[in-house]
Amino acid sequence: MPLGVSIIFSGSGAWQQTGGRPLFAEVGMAEDVNQETPIPEEENGSEFEIPEELRGQVTITTLDKLYNWGRRNSVWPMMFGLACCAIEMICVAASRYDFSRFGMEVMRPSPRQSDLMIVSGTVTKKMIPQIVRLYNQMPEPKYVLAMGACASGGGPFKEGYNVVSGVDKFVPVDVYVPGCPPTPQALLHGLITLQEKIDKQSIQSVRWYSKQASEPIPIPILGPDLIDPRDLPDFAERQAAVEEKAAAEAKT
Amino acid sequence: MYGIGLIKGLGVTLKHFVETYVEDIRWLSRGGRYYDEEALKVRQSTAARGIFTVQYPEEKLPVPEEFRYIPFLIYEVDEDGIKVDRCTSCGICAKVCPPQCIWIVRSNDPETGRPVPAPTDFFIDIDICMNCGLCAEYCPFDAIKMDHDYELASHDRFKDHIFDKERLDHPLSYYAEIRPRNYAEEERARAEKEAAKAARRKSK
Amino acid sequence: MAETESTKVLDEIKTKFGDAVSPDEREGYDGYLVRAENLLDFATFVRDALGYDYLSSVTGVDYIVEDKMEVVYHAYRTSGGPALLFKVQTQREKSVVPSLVSIYPGADFQEREAWDLLGIEFEGHPDLRRILLWDGFHGHPLRKDWREAYFEEDQKPFGNRWPEGKVYRIEDKVPFNKNVKYPANFTPEGWVPEGEGTLYASLGRMEKSNGNGTGSEHIVVNLGPQHPSTHGVFRMVAELDGETIVDLKPVMGYLHRNHEKIGERNTYIMNMPFTDRLDYICSMGNNFAYALSVEKLMDVQPPERAEYLRVIMAELTRVVNHFWAIGFLLNDLGAFFTPALYAINERELILDVFEAVSGSRMMCNYFRFGGLARDLPPGTAEVIRDLAFERLPEKIDELERYLTENEIVRVRGEGVGVLTAEQAIGFAAAGPVLRASGVPYDVRKAEPYSIYDRFDFDVAVRYNGDVYDRYLIRVDEIRQSIRILQQAIQDLPEGEIQTGRPQYQVRVPAGESYGRVENPKGELGFYVISDGSPTPYRYHIRAPSFINVTGMAEMSRGQKIADVVAILGSIDIVLGETDR
Repeated sequence: MPLGVSIIFSGSGAWQQTGGRPLFAEVGMAEDVNQETPIPEEENGSEFEIPEELRGQVTITTLDKLYNWGRRNSVWPMMFGLACCAIEMICVAASRYDFSRFGMEVMRPSPRQSDLMIVSGTVTKKMIPQIVRLYNQMPEPKYVLAMGACASGGGPFKEGYNVVSGVDKFVPVDVYVPGCPPTPQALLHGLITLQEKIDKQSIQSVRWYSKQASEPIPIPILGPDLIDPRDLPDFAERQAAVEEKAAAEAKT
Repeated sequence: MYGIGLIKGLGVTLKHFVETYVEDIRWLSRGGRYYDEEALKVRQSTAARGIFTVQYPEEKLPVPEEFRYIPFLIYEVDEDGIKVDRCTSCGICAKVCPPQCIWIVRSNDPETGRPVPAPTDFFIDIDICMNCGLCAEYCPFDAIKMDHDYELASHDRFKDHIFDKERLDHPLSYYAEIRPRNYAEEERARAEKEAAKAARRKSK
Repeated sequence: MAETESTKVLDEIKTKFGDAVSPDEREGYDGYLVRAENLLDFATFVRDALGYDYLSSVTGVDYIVEDKMEVVYHAYRTSGGPALLFKVQTQREKSVVPSLVSIYPGADFQEREAWDLLGIEFEGHPDLRRILLWDGFHGHPLRKDWREAYFEEDQKPFGNRWPEGKVYRIEDKVPFNKNVKYPANFTPEGWVPEGEGTLYASLGRMEKSNGNGTGSEHIVVNLGPQHPSTHGVFRMVAELDGETIVDLKPVMGYLHRNHEKIGERNTYIMNMPFTDRLDYICSMGNNFAYALSVEKLMDVQPPERAEYLRVIMAELTRVVNHFWAIGFLLNDLGAFFTPALYAINERELILDVFEAVSGSRMMCNYFRFGGLARDLPPGTAEVIRDLAFERLPEKIDELERYLTENEIVRVRGEGVGVLTAEQAIGFAAAGPVLRASGVPYDVRKAEPYSIYDRFDFDVAVRYNGDVYDRYLIRVDEIRQSIRILQQAIQDLPEGEIQTGRPQYQVRVPAGESYGRVENPKGELGFYVISDGSPTPYRYHIRAPSFINVTGMAEMSRGQKIADVVAILGSIDIVLGETDR
């Protein structure tokens, strides 16, 4: 979205002149990204200090409006179907529900060109490395919509040995759409919810203009079972605890 | 001749394109074809011609009566204005639920120690629910039914996606409104049963 | 006649094999038990002398109490008739069974699946690797003593559904893969993911040069799992000489949702909504097959009206599926989305019917054992009548006008991805793929189930076995389905829709049963073993999308890489069913 970008730069320059503070000072974003909470909420005001006199400043809010208007009406989803929900996603793209009315018809097969990943279906352990990789390849700003019960929390297949209980275990999710599968209108409602989220964002606080680039999410490893690299530091500890517990259970 | 097939195909596309406008003009005298319930019904029926789009969210495709999404619980209001759950916490719904997304909290009467025939709390994890409707189908008390509300998207599943009893409870009137035919049918069966019971009592 | 036929077969087998083959005399079971060392001879005899040329299904079963592994084979004649079952038993630890791939090539993927999920080794299999899970996975999940990471209990309902005032998610309670058996001294840092190497090595690429003097090397191209043309998360590893396919390996399992493992824990009725999610385009057809197989065990018959409604729903499903398949085949040929849009239009109208009768557009969950969930709501019969007599015939004509003579469709389709009749039978291809190759085999005629013998319809058949014929056969089948629909909706009787009272816990006598239907994608079969408990002992699905892919490599060899996409589109797979 080149339009948005050019406006930002002029806008942030003006902001710096008046405010006189460094734009995104020491927020420690990149370190946080892959720790406990995958992605901090960017609307959360406490992440960034905005001087009192600048809050609600006319230029910024107008810019925000323009910037978000441009972005909300050109959310390009990735052409990425996983399971049953993908069929309903295709129906949303087809003529009856037609999300081109929201500027979303340009479904991109390549993650490099897409803004939105609709995780439409069951996330399996065999597939999650690819999903994380695709997410990492998407340029900022990027959004993730978990479509359906499976993508949100494991769904009916949750107990399965090859199923991940929700894509948000690995990738930060912006909107959850419940349903199995969500009807096309439910998905449209989810997409509108996402647009509302975009509307609330401000160029002052969004993470993709922060100085530190956000780091990629480590790719899960397919070992004897799925291993999350973020668990690695205390893997041995946890494994020992599990074994101890199993031994105790075996005794009783 | 080479290319005839292509031209024929393009003709079909053209027909689809033109049909929309022909239909629009035909509907002009009736106030247009869009944002109108009657017109939407025709546009989405087997007589559909031309444009097929539902202009969600301005106009919504009505869901049929049997439509099922997330379950809900029914309560009735008695003469004193107190909410009385139909649910007796028998647990058949939790037993029959294929993905096991229903949790019921039961309690005992502190005085008698007997179980109370009503749930203390009732949880449905809508991130596991598969909308199959088996709970509603096999509930012997008609206490759990499938909702029509599908606009449930949210930003936080941990806060919003486990429905507790408060969220699940709906008045009987709501059920009568969304499923009038089923409601009438069940009420009839219920009245018949009551009458039979009364008759049996009399004959004794 | 069937009696004399089977006694004749039994006599022949007795004289030839003596003690090595004996009838299966367990209560509720059928077929023959074959000694492992005689299996190859027996299979050859069954195929050549008895004419059972179509090996439909291969199922592994773990009998943990008897300490036995069993492999069950269902063979059919393509001329029609009931199955010949034969089984081979082996020990549970280090089970080895001779592979039947040399006799029935269609056993290829199914044997790999049995190895993957049950750990049965097939001696002589050309490429015995895991198929649904990844190499390096711990254990074989369908063995009865195997437990998954989030294991709760052996059977539903789970006891923990009555919490003390607080609801928890199971992963919070079992925080780390509790049942995963890591090898001794396992460290995640030292783990080298394997698998891709053996996969690439399995390609038949020994020659580095193509022999035309250019000295060019073969390259390997991965299509998928995230690829817009693979209909989901399917992956193909193609070895190319220039643009020509030298060898191709389908890789699947990216949507392996552990259907069979979950099914063994579910009660019988709970599996019904899960079957919806197998081939999620045709959930009614899946319901049908599962209901048939359990009804066979329970020995119940649905009432007349239910039978008619079942047929109506199954045929509407076929129309839905074929419209969808044609639309997306054109997508794969490069006509991006316009044909699919027109096809989806008609599909939506039929989905409205499904939604009205069952409550859900895609996941219908409409069939019950001995009947249906509910009757048609008022007004729906008229909509079906409208569709069957007016809308659909008109639209299928329009679709034909739109595509059949289209020069691009013909050029891209004719002579591409050819499968001969012999190959199709060998690979156990089913449905449109088999019939487009000139084999008029349709379960609705070959072994009529439900009330299909009452309707007047033809088995569509085409003879070239290429992509274009697989398109045409779908058009033909829609026309035949409309014929059946017209008859069924005319004759639809009034009456009950359920035999007996609807029950949430059905009593299923012990035994085995195989219920199969002609689903839009081919023969869909459910092999269910009951041990008399509320949950099935074994629950196996013969998935047409899975087995039809067996011939994919054969169809693709020698074609250009762009044609692979068209070939896959013409096979029409749905990943929910391929991977289960």
